[in-house]
Amino acid sequence: MNVENGIHDAHYYVPPPSRWPIVGSAALFLLGLGAALSINQVVLGNWALLAGFAILFWMLTGWFGDVVRESEAGQYGQQVDYSFRWGMSWFIFSEVMFFAAFFGALFYTRVISVPELGLAGDTQRLLWPAFQAGWPLETGPKAADYAAMHPLGLPAINTALLLTSGATLTWAHWGLLQQKRRVLSRGLAATIALGVLFLGLQAYEYHHAWTALNLTLASGAYGATFYLLTGFHGMHVLVGTLILITMWLRVQRGHFTPMQHFGFEAAAWYWHFVDVVWLLLFVLVYCL
Amino acid sequence: MNLSCRHHRNICMAIASVATMPVMAAGEFWTFTPPASQMALNIEGLHSYLMVVILAIFVLVFGFMFYAILRHRKSLGHVAKPFHENVTIEILWTLIPAIILLAMAWPAASVVLAQRDTRGAAMTIKATGFQWFWSYDYLDYGFGFKSKLATPRAQIDNHHGEGQAKGEHYLLEVDHEVVVPVGQKIRILTTANDVIHSWGVPAFGVKQDAIPGFIRDTWFTADKLGTFRGQCVELCGKDHAFMPIVVKVVSQTDFKQWVAEQQARAKAMQDDPNKTWTQPELLARGKQVYEANCAACHKADGTGGGPFPSMVGSKLVTGDKAGHVQMVLNGKNAMPAWASLSDVEIAAVISYERNSWGNQSGFVLPAEVRAARGASQ
Amino acid sequence: MSTVIKAADTVDTHGGHHAEHHAGWARWLYATNHKDIGTLYLWFAFAMFITGGVMALGIRAELFQPGLQFWQPEFFNQLTTLHGIIMVFGAIMPAFTGLANWMLPLMLGAPDMAFARMNNWSFWLLPPAAALLLISLFVPGGAAAGGWTLYPPLSAQAGMGMDLAIFSIHLLGLSSIMGSINIITTILNMRAPGMTLLKMPLFAWTSLVTAYLLIAVAPVLAGAVTMLLTDRHFGTHFFNAAGGGDPVLFQHIFWFFGHPEVYIMALPAFGIVSQIIPTFARKPLFGYVSMVYATCSIAILSFMVWGHHMFSVGMPATAQLFFMFLTMLIAVPTGVKVFNWIATMWQGSLTFETPMLFAIGFVCLFTVGGFSGLVLSIAPVDTQMHDTYYVVAHFHYVLVAGALFSLFAAVYYWLPKWTGFMYHEGRGKLHFWWSMVWFNVTFFPMHFLGLAGMPRRIPDYALQFTDFNTVASVGAFCFGLGQLLFFYNVIHTIRGGVGPAPASPWEGGNTLEWEVASPAPHHTWESPPDIETVRRGLIAQAVEEKA
Ligand code: HEA
Ligand code: HEA
Ligand code: HEC
Ligand code: CUA
Ligand SMILES: [Cu+2]
Repeated sequence: MNVENGIHDAHYYVPPPSRWPIVGSAALFLLGLGAALSINQVVLGNWALLAGFAILFWMLTGWFGDVVRESEAGQYGQQVDYSFRWGMSWFIFSEVMFFAAFFGALFYTRVISVPELGLAGDTQRLLWPAFQAGWPLETGPKAADYAAMHPLGLPAINTALLLTSGATLTWAHWGLLQQKRRVLSRGLAATIALGVLFLGLQAYEYHHAWTALNLTLASGAYGATFYLLTGFHGMHVLVGTLILITMWLRVQRGHFTPMQHFGFEAAAWYWHFVDVVWLLLFVLVYCL
Repeated sequence: MNLSCRHHRNICMAIASVATMPVMAAGEFWTFTPPASQMALNIEGLHSYLMVVILAIFVLVFGFMFYAILRHRKSLGHVAKPFHENVTIEILWTLIPAIILLAMAWPAASVVLAQRDTRGAAMTIKATGFQWFWSYDYLDYGFGFKSKLATPRAQIDNHHGEGQAKGEHYLLEVDHEVVVPVGQKIRILTTANDVIHSWGVPAFGVKQDAIPGFIRDTWFTADKLGTFRGQCVELCGKDHAFMPIVVKVVSQTDFKQWVAEQQARAKAMQDDPNKTWTQPELLARGKQVYEANCAACHKADGTGGGPFPSMVGSKLVTGDKAGHVQMVLNGKNAMPAWASLSDVEIAAVISYERNSWGNQSGFVLPAEVRAARGASQ
Repeated sequence: MSTVIKAADTVDTHGGHHAEHHAGWARWLYATNHKDIGTLYLWFAFAMFITGGVMALGIRAELFQPGLQFWQPEFFNQLTTLHGIIMVFGAIMPAFTGLANWMLPLMLGAPDMAFARMNNWSFWLLPPAAALLLISLFVPGGAAAGGWTLYPPLSAQAGMGMDLAIFSIHLLGLSSIMGSINIITTILNMRAPGMTLLKMPLFAWTSLVTAYLLIAVAPVLAGAVTMLLTDRHFGTHFFNAAGGGDPVLFQHIFWFFGHPEVYIMALPAFGIVSQIIPTFARKPLFGYVSMVYATCSIAILSFMVWGHHMFSVGMPATAQLFFMFLTMLIAVPTGVKVFNWIATMWQGSLTFETPMLFAIGFVCLFTVGGFSGLVLSIAPVDTQMHDTYYVVAHFHYVLVAGALFSLFAAVYYWLPKWTGFMYHEGRGKLHFWWSMVWFNVTFFPMHFLGLAGMPRRIPDYALQFTDFNTVASVGAFCFGLGQLLFFYNVIHTIRGGVGPAPASPWEGGNTLEWEVASPAPHHTWESPPDIETVRRGLIAQAVEEKA
């Protein structure tokens, strides 16, 4: 809080008019429209989606390019840096709440709806005489037989991978602070490699689950919560990895100083957040 | 109900009746439907008690405001006194409302507990919401029936200024009323076949959502003979306005007699499981089933519309029988599962669909449906 | 004029970027200026208000008499659904964000919003979102028709229109999250020296707390509609008992968003009224600190009361009691607010210009709406009222006479600052009285309809409900007509009104925005003002004027 700690830039940097936001809006409009159309088998939708992604990519590179240029040109004072910190913190908070919705769904299903469906009293039996409460669900009239994911094995390995990646990232940060650019670069590279490995294993795990275990999105509430929680997490790992790759490229160009490197820190915060979500997932989705 | 609760309620009622007198005098449509059960009476009492308290607070609070508005005007030369803090008064106007709220919550809580207590009912009726009618099963007597809007479409449709004159019970009349005995605790189980509906009768002070796949319960005890009307109160699609609930309260003896009639009727209606069905018979039966259950979405002429697929020439309907049987038995997405229909009914409706509106894709027999059920279990 | 103004007016020589100025369309498309973006937000909100209002008139026309006159029931349901979504997400929320954009930097002594470029994006996501919603009216199967609450399985049945609504909500959510991050960061990090948290105008406080609420619940709504989407298209069973899911789960998630959402539409209104009443009472706000506490308490409580929308789904008695008690508790901090406003007026030197009239109208009618909310919060009484027109009456009292009236108040209050001209007081007052009367004619009878049991979301009703519906429909058309006057007033003021406005047109206004010229120059507070100096300047100026 700038007033309380006395941080005021003499001239807070206010960016000039920019075309990127409106480009981004066009992209998201196309993505929304395209998704709605193609999900309903309208072919035009696929093209809209494609165009949307292309424009989004253009916008992201352009916008972040501007930010990096401004940053490297020294436009951002201390107060701007603080703004970025607040902004990133609350962005991550919003992500926490997004995951909370899905964890909430998992909690509700397991603690409330499944037990209620399986109540032995005189009522639910009228509807679902054969239903057995349990988790993962054994029955469910519309769900084909499936096997649940075992926590030991790939998920455990993935947990180890992500935990290690948190450590390598911290190592890289230490390198940055200590002016050890080699450490910084290698630490980042290692983190990225671990992230990619994680994603690969996750893809393999999905394939295995879908084909060998017959565990699909349609496998009742278990399949739904399993895939959406791990899926959204996986998407975040993907985005996090892309951010880290960007950071690595910037490091190669000599960006970041021990005093000014909020881009790097933001990436690290994001990565750690994704780690923590995984830990929750591992316990709540795989183990319990 | 323990004594203190009742005492409390009596006070509420006394205040209430005084307070609502002018409103009552003005006509019955200003306020609640006249209560026909103790629960509805309790709720009305509670409401009137709330109204009295709230009105009093309103008058007091806005009395101050309007006094200020009238007297502390600049145009009267009033000069502002710049006070802007007083901890004592802040504490007071935090605590006093809290106490008032407590006095509101206390009697309400006892009604909540009574309302949720469905034990000790004399009988249980299961009400199932369909798009767009109700179906009732008298679980203790082994019969059930559907209850649909009886108002003719011609009264409803007034586009372009036409339409018949509307009857007295416009939109609140059904072809088959629910009948219950007076003075007995009736437990209602609600559930739904497709989307959420809500079963309620204001005169009894009951309202309970009907949630597909789940069973919820509520209860009422009717104190008066007569016919009481309600409506589905949860948005359930296009004909949400057209699925009323009508409950007829009769004496115990009349009820017994009615039950006997219904049981006889149900027996007569039942399909004989050992009967061998000829194709025309199956089609005739199928038409009945279709119009009763399917036409609401797929239209009587099978053409569907909106999200509801057409049956005419549909790949599934003209294709493999097994897929068709699976679809009807188990449903898919918004298509409800119809496993609750009998084998004969399902066979008949499928046969009907496969041989109507230009479709010609063979018959399905009850035995095949039975086999399919076994396989999907 | 005080010296500070001169500082604001001097062209900034350090960062040359400010000189860049686009003309025509580009000014609005590429805007990074908080005032331009605020203006965009406000006009967009107004356009959506008209759109949603026309839909409301469609509803009221059909309900003028029993029988189906104008629409098929399917289309009626689409009208209701879109009316709700558009008014909530298109009109009220963007209008408050627009006000925050326009006024917060001015009130806090900041050069702009913290993230000026992202600010533009928050706004420009709204038109695409609105477009998706409106396009959905024309796709096969029509727009979403399951109510603004989108309950499955009904919403799982719908056609492509529902998917468009879902993606529209995603965009709206994104916009809300970015807007909130911007507001929070601006308030926490952009205040001028000396502007400590407890010196901020109350509008800043309520904006801050609102932004917190929004950032906490917008992602939850996004999650809910995402699950709906996968249930509809990818075979999941979140809301389907056949796979162990539960339709009620959606309601829990929706209302975990939905209840804080209603305070998102109420807290900024509280803030506005807390600015206006002291100005026209010529007295400082009574109980500033307790107002701040009350705002925070309401926000915290609002996360724990969502179940009051679901009393009739059949939850255990203990859950009902829990939600009932906590809901009732919200009346306490809200009451504190009402009492503080009245105490501010008490012994004041009151005048009744249009903003003050709307503010007083707000306090009275919001309280009526709050009281009907309290009646609904009593679970057994809600048994009778749930999903009837009583609820419709309740929320239009808090939303129309609450949120919307506060917005009218704000517009009249700050119009001189925005345009540099004074509006026509007589026509402003006419707008107020016209709205006040017809609002009540429209919505008060709905209480009676609800008590007598008329369900909501129906295109046709039983005969005993006829009279009140007719009255309400007449009222709605007249109320709507009055809003044309509002439109005229604003345009007239922009075109010069009744003459130029001074920097501080209201005698009692003592927040920072009245320190800069009217209209507010494009760039203000480029170098942070010192609050104490400004305050002294203000007092000096007041003394000068008196003399
Ligand atoms: C701005 C929006 C807003 C606000 C501020 C409120 C405020 C409140 N609301 Fe409302 N509400 C809605 C918007 C809002 N609501 C909407 C949109 C719906 C319907 C959604 C849908 O289904 O579509 C709804 C529905 C709704 C329901 C569900 C009804 C149903 O569907 O069956 C309930 C039930 O408890 C409720 C309660 C309350 C309460 C107790 C408050 C309280 O916060 C009110 C507190 C204020 C006061 C009480 C007045 C001032 C206080 C005093 C003067 C102090 C003294 C008073 C006493 C001691 C009594 N609301
Ligand atoms: C958030 C704010 C908001 C606002 C401002 C309004 C404003 C209005 N609302 Fe709405 N309403 C909701 C939020 C809001 N509403 C919500 C959330 C629902 C629930 C939806 C659901 O059930 O899912 C609802 C539902 C709702 C219903 C219930 C529908 C149903 O259950 O089927 C009705 C019925 O009367 C109604 C009426 C009105 C009217 C008459 C206005 C008026 O105030 C509108 C006035 C404005 C205009 C009329 C437009 C401007 C003027 C012109 C364009 C000039 C031209 C006019 C003439 C020539 C007359 N609203
Ligand atoms: C609540 C509305 C509703 C009712 C009532 C209903 N259906 Fe359906 N039906 C649907 C919907 C929606 C689908 C499309 C399901 C899907 O593919 O997602 C469907 C699909 C079908 C199909 C497959 C059509 C195709 O071409 O894929 C058949 C066959 C069918 N229904 C038969 C019936 C029968 C028989 C009944 C009555 C016993 C019935 N339906 C009642 C909504 C309904
Ligand atoms: Cu059934 Cu509404
Ligand atoms: Cu609420």
